[in-house]
Amino acid sequence: MADRPRFRPTDASLERELIAPEGVMLRLQLASGGQRVWAFLIDLVLVNVALAGFALVLILLLGLTRFAALPALAAVWLLGSFLSRNLWFILFESGVRAATPGKRLMKIRVAARDGGRLSADAIIARNMMRELEFFLPLSFLGWQASQGQGAAWTALAGLGWSLVFALFPWLNRDRLRVGDLIAGTWVLRNPRPGLGLDVGGRETSVGIAFTDAQLDAYGEYELQTLEDVLRRATPNAMRRRPDDPVTLVAASIRRKLDWHGREDDYAFLSAFYTALRARLERGLLFDRRRRDKTDR
Amino acid sequence: MTALVLGSARFRAEREATWRELEALLDTAERKSVRALSDDELVALPRLYRATLSSLSVARATSLDADLIAYLEGLSARAYFFVYGVRANFGARLRRFFAHDWPAAVRGLVPETLVAFALLAGGVVAGYVLVRHDPSWYGALIPDSLAGNRGPQSSAADLRATLYDGQASDWLGTFAAFLFTNNARVAIFAFALGFAFGVPTALLLLMTGASGGALLAVFSNVGLGAQLGGWLLIHGTTELFAIVLAGAAGFRIGRSVAFPGGLTRVAAAQAAGRQAATAMVGVVVMLMVAGLLEGIARQLVKDDALRYAVAATILALWLAYFYMPRPRRG
Repeated sequence: MADRPRFRPTDASLERELIAPEGVMLRLQLASGGQRVWAFLIDLVLVNVALAGFALVLILLLGLTRFAALPALAAVWLLGSFLSRNLWFILFESGVRAATPGKRLMKIRVAARDGGRLSADAIIARNMMRELEFFLPLSFLGWQASQGQGAAWTALAGLGWSLVFALFPWLNRDRLRVGDLIAGTWVLRNPRPGLGLDVGGRETSVGIAFTDAQLDAYGEYELQTLEDVLRRATPNAMRRRPDDPVTLVAASIRRKLDWHGREDDYAFLSAFYTALRARLERGLLFDRRRRDKTDR
Repeated sequence: MTALVLGSARFRAEREATWRELEALLDTAERKSVRALSDDELVALPRLYRATLSSLSVARATSLDADLIAYLEGLSARAYFFVYGVRANFGARLRRFFAHDWPAAVRGLVPETLVAFALLAGGVVAGYVLVRHDPSWYGALIPDSLAGNRGPQSSAADLRATLYDGQASDWLGTFAAFLFTNNARVAIFAFALGFAFGVPTALLLLMTGASGGALLAVFSNVGLGAQLGGWLLIHGTTELFAIVLAGAAGFRIGRSVAFPGGLTRVAAAQAAGRQAATAMVGVVVMLMVAGLLEGIARQLVKDDALRYAVAATILALWLAYFYMPRPRRG
């Protein structure tokens, strides 16, 4: 529970807004380049593992039929390997999750850029372009290697070509690869934060009261940092080490408030959290937001 | 349990059941399938989604509970994509593709198809003329791996053998599969390369045409031109038509990138890309048919007139399927 991924923007440049037809704005996070690359590599490995399994079955059948079925099995193999590479991506992205297994592991998904339906046509278009972006340079380089050293210039041109496509997602704002551009899709993060327990909001047994001046020392940013600390904290004082964040944060808040109470650190922090949140939320109702302690 | 003192905490406690219900429905739908949901659950889903969206608005305006807002943001986005992103089932989609979408996509590409055809035909003429004048062009136009044992230096008897001696063996199916995967990649490249203003697509079409022309020159040199025509066209009407359509799909994208009209370049490329992709799926189907014709029918049918008849019939069928006027669907 401690390191639950949060739906907090890590990079504001990757945040996009979408207005749902109900009129509510939804915040979306674009997948980072690293996530995309890893997802693709995972899929590549899985496709090849699946192909290896397929080959094993074919070899087994071959042995059983004493090579009589060789031509038929060779045809099945050729078709199977072509289809698996193309259909893997297309079929998985057509599913409810709109993600291949690699994308699911990286917690990302495909979506239409306009927020509408992700059509089969779009999925097919974005995956056919992959043939050009990745497999063409690859087969080209393989061919070059088989031709020996002779054509260094063409090899270089091939490398340049593949680099343009490989770097394309980093050259535009929306992290689109060429296939996304053509198909009108993009790849989004698919965060699944669970709902933890509310750390504040309850009356505490300690009965600590703070003055308005004391509560004015902090803003929303500090409140949410405190929420994080409380969520990860161990409420039991006996099991807390001297360098526990609860101890450190409580000490720093006490100093700031000039507070001399001797209550338990955790009880003090959760009482302060509840009181501060109550004050800031009352402010919200009157349209007064306080972003952080420097915001007056 | 102590009492809740914050309004936002009470709000969370009251609404939490709704969110959990929505989350559970989405989990089921994603883990199994949409069909795993009962009718009642399917009816409930949009209601729960809207309730959650409204909770998100309220929470953003009144709550400072970061954990809650993060949860609602994630859940709302997930439910949004589910509610507005669900597609028709695969079987229905497949039927609609063959009955309507594919021919419609091909009909939408008529100008590009004509240009692609002209380029391919131009390639054939150029290849033929070049090799007739100087046979050394043959090596430049046809890669060694595809040339097999036919070339300008081959005897008439050898060339005749390639046209008629293909053995009707067990390996025909394998050969068909090989040809299909090979041609499918060529077609996909013709489509994908259209993105660069269509220039590489045009070159690819010219080259494909030129190698056909070169072959024709070599065979007609020894008086086997008409016979080669039958040998090539029995599958060629399907295969070349497919490659022309792939090129046309590429040109459509290239054209929309070069001349986006009132749209932005990206939006134009995207609109063209979707339509062209539909045509491309059809191209792959056509190539599968062409591979079967080339690998099997050609080796079984040895009579020239019959080969031409098969070629013409299949071409007529494709043309009728794509371009015949049909009643508008409701």
